[in-house]
Amino acid sequence: MQDFNQYPDARGHFGVHGGRFVSETLMAALEELETLYNKVKVDPKFWEEYHNDLVNYVGRPTPLYHAKRLSDEIGGAQIYFKREDLNHTGAHKVNNTIGQALLAKMSGKKRIIAETGAGQHGVATATIAARLGLECIVYMGADDVERQKMNVYRMRLLGATVVPVTSGSRTLKDAMNEAMRDWVTNVDSTYYIIGTVAGPHPYPLLVRDFQAIIGKEARIQHLQMTGKLPDALVACVGGGSNAIGLFFDFLNDTEVKMYGVEATGDGIETGRHSAPLAAGRIGVLHGNRTYLMADDEGQIQETHSISAGLDYPGVGPEHSFLKDMKRVEYVGCTDKESLEGFHEVTRKEGIIPALESAHAVAYALKLAKTMTPDQTIIVNMSGRGDKDLHSVMKAEGIEL
Amino acid sequence: MTRIESTFEILKAQNKKALIPYVMAGDPNPSNFVGLLHDLVKHGADMIEVGLPFSDPMADGPTVALAGERALAAGTSTRDALKMVAEFRQQDTQTPIILMGYLNPVEIIGYDNFVALCEQSGVDGILMVDLPPAEAGSFTQHLTEHSMNEIFLLSPTTLPERREQVLTHCGGYIYYVSLKGVTGSATLDTDDVATQVQAIKAETDLPVCVGFGIRDAASAKAIGAHADGIIVGSALVQNFADIDGNDATAVAHAQQKIMAKMTELREALDSLSVSSNG
Repeated sequence: MQDFNQYPDARGHFGVHGGRFVSETLMAALEELETLYNKVKVDPKFWEEYHNDLVNYVGRPTPLYHAKRLSDEIGGAQIYFKREDLNHTGAHKVNNTIGQALLAKMSGKKRIIAETGAGQHGVATATIAARLGLECIVYMGADDVERQKMNVYRMRLLGATVVPVTSGSRTLKDAMNEAMRDWVTNVDSTYYIIGTVAGPHPYPLLVRDFQAIIGKEARIQHLQMTGKLPDALVACVGGGSNAIGLFFDFLNDTEVKMYGVEATGDGIETGRHSAPLAAGRIGVLHGNRTYLMADDEGQIQETHSISAGLDYPGVGPEHSFLKDMKRVEYVGCTDKESLEGFHEVTRKEGIIPALESAHAVAYALKLAKTMTPDQTIIVNMSGRGDKDLHSVMKAEGIEL
Repeated sequence: MTRIESTFEILKAQNKKALIPYVMAGDPNPSNFVGLLHDLVKHGADMIEVGLPFSDPMADGPTVALAGERALAAGTSTRDALKMVAEFRQQDTQTPIILMGYLNPVEIIGYDNFVALCEQSGVDGILMVDLPPAEAGSFTQHLTEHSMNEIFLLSPTTLPERREQVLTHCGGYIYYVSLKGVTGSATLDTDDVATQVQAIKAETDLPVCVGFGIRDAASAKAIGAHADGIIVGSALVQNFADIDGNDATAVAHAQQKIMAKMTELREALDSLSVSSNG
C-alpha cells in the first residue's frame, strides 16, 4: 500500500511535482529555512510552544459540529463541519502563521512579509506580527484590495503595511510575485510567510505540517462522536492549505474518500475560472512544479472566482500529486453554486461561511444526497464569511 | 568551441572587457527588434542577452517586468523570439546570443524541442532564471547534446559549497548578480563585487560577467575593472518605457538613446584596457 506520509522526498518532490525553482539569490534563504525546519521538526519543545499558542491564543481545538438540520433536510449522509471559522482571526490560516512566526523568531529576522488574496492570510500574519512586535508588510493584488476592504483595514489597524500590487492581473499571483521580489531584495532581514501549501521547498511541507492539526483533531473528534472514521472529507482548494490540513492525517486510510473542490467560476467552458487541476497543465510557477492555468505559449492565464481566496492559477504540488495518484478526487463548484451553498448553510445552521468554504459546502450538499444517513461527511469550514458580505451583496445587487 | 567561448578568447587576447546588453524580445515592437540587435552590435555589443517575455517574471524589477508586458501585449511568444534570433543570424554569424527567461514557456514547448529550435535559430547559450542546477538534469543533457552553453547565476548570498556545485554545471560564462535584489536595483557595492568576483575566479577558468545595477560609465568602469564583462539591461530597456511602440518616430528616438548609452558604456570599458595596457 502507498504510504502518503513519505512525501515530499528530500528535495521537496511529490512525484513529478514540487521542487525548488527559484532564482539563485533565494537559494541560501530556502536552504537556511529547510535546515531550521528539519531541526525543529524533531524538537518536542518547538511543538509544545506551537500547541500552547494554538490552545491559548488561537482557541483550538475547534469543534467538529454535526449540522443536523441540514443533514436531515437533505436526507442523505450526516454532514459535520470542522469549525476553522472559529479560530482567532476567523480562518484556518492562523494555524500556519503561528508556526511560521515561531520559525521567524528562531531565525532572528525582524521583518515579516506575506502575500494575501482574500486577506485572511494577511490578517493572520499581521496579527502574529503585532503580537511578536515584528514589522509586517503584506502584498495584495489591487483588485483584491478593492473587494476585501474590511480585511485591508484590519491589517492596517494591526500595524501592517498593505501594498497594493497593480501589475499583471492585480490578484493573488501578482501579490506573490511582488512578495518574492521583496524577499530577494531584503533576504537578510526578512522572513517570508507563505500562506498556502505552494511555493518552493520547504514551504509546501512546512505549511502542510502546520495545517495538519485540522485533520488530526477531526479524526479524534469524529471517532469519539461516531465510533468510526468518516466516509468522506470535503474541502475547497485554491492553493490548497485547508484541504491538505484536513486530508493529511487520513491519506493512508483508503476507505475515507476525499474531495477537493476547485472554483469553476462562471464554468470551466467559459474559461473564467480558477481550476488548474480540472483544466490546467503541469508547469513551473512560484518556485514549484504543479498544475497551472497557462495558455499554449506557457504564459500564466488570468483567473476568476467570486472568492478572492480561490483566485489563483496554481495549486499546491501535493494536491497535483494526489490527483495523479487518484487518492483525492478534485471536483468543481461555480460562483452561483457557492452562493447557493452560502445561503443554505447560513439559514439552516446559523453559520455564515467564507465564500471559499461555501464552495466546499455546496459540493458536500450534492455529495450527501448520493449517500445514506448512516454515512458521514466532514466539510472543512475553513473560514467565516464576514469578509465576503461585500462580494455577496455585489453579486446579488443588494444595497443597504 | 561555442561562439561564446571563442568570443571570450578573442576579447582576452585583445585585453578587452565584454559589453553584454540585455533586451527583451519583441519590445517595444516585434518589427523593430532584429534591427535593434544589429544596432547594438554596431555600438559595441560583444554578445547579446535576449529576454523571453513571461507573464510572471519574479526576479525582475519593474523596468524589465514592464518590458515583458509590452512584448507580450505586442504578441511576442517564445517561438517568435527564436524566429527573431534566426533572422538576426542571417546577417550576423559572429555575435553570440544568449536567451534569458523563465521555465514555464519552455516547459510547454518541451526541453528537447526548445533546445533543437534554439540550435536551428543560432542561439549560443541559455540562462533560465528559475532553473537551478539541482533541477536542471534533462535540460542540461539536451543543451550538452546540442553543444550550447548553460549559464547559471551566482549571487552575494551563494554559499561556498553551493558555488562549487553551480560552477560545475555552468558553461560559457558565470553571471554574477551584483546585489541582492531584482534587476535594475540601485546601490552597487563595488568593493563587495570585487571580492566576490575574485573568489569566483579562484575556483573557475570561466569568464565572470556581472549584472544587475550597472547603469552608466562610472558603474561600468568600477565593475569592469574586476570582471570579464558587464551585463546592462534596465538602463537600456527603460528607454522604451513611456513610448507608444507603434509610433515609429518615438521608437527611433528611444533606440538612439539606447545606442548613446551603449557608446558611453563601450568607451568606459575600453578606457580600462587602455589604462591597463599603458
